Amino acid sequence: MQPRLAARISSTQARSRAWGHQLRVRARRPGDFAFRVLIYAFVVVVLAVVAGIAWVLLSNSWPTIQAFGLRFLTNSAFDPIHNTYGVGPALFGTFITSAIAFVLALPLGIGTAAFLTEFCPSAFRAPLAFLVDSLAVIPSIVIGLWGFLVFAPWLQQRGEPWLQQHLGFLPFFQGTPHGVGILAAGLILTAMILPIITAIAREVMATVPVSQREALLALGATRWEVIRYAVLPYSRVGIMGGAILGLGRALGETIAVTLVIGNQAASPSLSLFQTGYTLASVIINQFGEATPGLFLSAVLETGLLLLLITLITNVLARLLIARLGRVGGGLIV
Amino acid sequence: MRLAEQATPPASPRSNPFQEERNGLARRRRVTNQLAVVLTGAFTVLASLFLLYLIVYVAGKGLQFINLDFFTQRPKPPGETGGGWATALQGTAVLIGLAALIGVPLGMAVGIYLSEIGRGRFASLVRFLVDTLTGIPTVIFGLFAWVLIVVPSHSFSALSAGVALGIIMVPTVARATEEMLRLVPKELREASAALGATESRTVLRVVIPAARSGIVTGIMLALARVAGETAPLLLTAFGTSFFNTSLLRPIDAIPLRIFVFTLSPYAIEQQQAFAGALVLIAFVLLTSLAIRWATGGFRVRRR
Repeated sequence: MQPRLAARISSTQARSRAWGHQLRVRARRPGDFAFRVLIYAFVVVVLAVVAGIAWVLLSNSWPTIQAFGLRFLTNSAFDPIHNTYGVGPALFGTFITSAIAFVLALPLGIGTAAFLTEFCPSAFRAPLAFLVDSLAVIPSIVIGLWGFLVFAPWLQQRGEPWLQQHLGFLPFFQGTPHGVGILAAGLILTAMILPIITAIAREVMATVPVSQREALLALGATRWEVIRYAVLPYSRVGIMGGAILGLGRALGETIAVTLVIGNQAASPSLSLFQTGYTLASVIINQFGEATPGLFLSAVLETGLLLLLITLITNVLARLLIARLGRVGGGLIV
Repeated sequence: MRLAEQATPPASPRSNPFQEERNGLARRRRVTNQLAVVLTGAFTVLASLFLLYLIVYVAGKGLQFINLDFFTQRPKPPGETGGGWATALQGTAVLIGLAALIGVPLGMAVGIYLSEIGRGRFASLVRFLVDTLTGIPTVIFGLFAWVLIVVPSHSFSALSAGVALGIIMVPTVARATEEMLRLVPKELREASAALGATESRTVLRVVIPAARSGIVTGIMLALARVAGETAPLLLTAFGTSFFNTSLLRPIDAIPLRIFVFTLSPYAIEQQQAFAGALVLIAFVLLTSLAIRWATGGFRVRRR
């Protein structure tokens, strides 16, 4: 009887105390209420923009989706005169240029990150890291300008003939050297995504516990063996995430690629010297003339495809990196 | 190879591969290590040299055009020598201002929400969407503003470009704000609450001021990045060689002028493109250098 009564009294007291607290909170609410409403309103605006982008692209590209269906993905003509549209060559160009960049930048990025975290004397570490990181903030128009006026002409006169002479037996290095084309775009993209892959690889490698390294060093391992058997296995997934994040950047890179890829569909071949299109360069080349109707809708469906592809790539990359908490290149990505 | 086979299972202490004393293996391991150092070092040097080369090359070509005319004159008609980048400079300033006007409040609000208010599923969703926004190609935002504003109004405009750039800024600002606010010690918030401050007062008068320098850094970085955007501007601002007086008309910008001059058939204009590129690089690099120098990286100011 006694304890139960005591319990009841104390619970009533607690309740009244809580109630008093509630009152006080409510009394000072007007300011907080307005504050929260404002914050939520802005958050909702941002969410609405995200949804709006998807909706605007989808609804406006509906005419071509209905008219061509899946043929839009394979059709090779983007032809306003005959009113038939497709992005086959652009899809091919987008994937092949990004694939080149991915294959080249992945080992370069891992190597650079490994050097900066494991081998580099600490005096040089910060300046070198700053230089590599800074590559990421160079605007893509500057890379495009250099690519179009300097790199592509060099490729045409020196680089591609050299490749042809020494590796010409491969189908990739046959045909006329144009300078601009798939190879030029792929190489420029390599330079553009390298800092992203490096930055994330560095962050991921830094999360490898010191004990893992020390254990191997204690066994008499060389620095390289520490990287090979402790650092890389531990950070494999995160590095892959960073690489895919870079791939996403390459898939969507617009202005630099538009300047160096030639924007001409060539007859299908394996040659990397051929000129081509990417989804993004189609948008830049076509939007100016787009008249309402199928033409406009085709440009927007190209954008929708690009959005879908980069979205899938990015979600995949974030899932791989998410394991490690919110790593994401900090200033870079 | 042999090492790899032996090393994977550290089966018994006796078969420890790293204590192999045989000469051949020890030498091979040493050589492999040196090879790795040289190779990865070469990669690193290659990447940093490319940046230095790019800066030196652009400066070498562009520096001769950086004079008083560059800052005060309109571009001359194609083929004529002389002229400046005043319209582009004005345009970029206007566009950065517009972008900040739209992007900073939205981004900061999302950052404040994620750090101070949001809990549970909805907050995770917002965080995920904002992170995803970072990965969307900027041309898509241009396309969005183009369909939404340019096509219906039948005119390219500074406003549509500002909207596109503002949206592009949101994730960077949001993320910087969130991360900086999270670094503010919990004790500061508790002390503020203990003094009777309301939630909004705590956030606005205590937490945000404590994280101010970090947030400003994030905003500066977002602005520097947005200043170099080209693709979304082509679809919205379009460019012009006149000074712009109306937000509803096309406007020039440094990246747009570089793009036009790059594709120009005249050698003199192609040369001038490097001058614009130099200004852009200088702006972006100096911003990021200044940020590093001033804050020593992303750091919270403690009070």
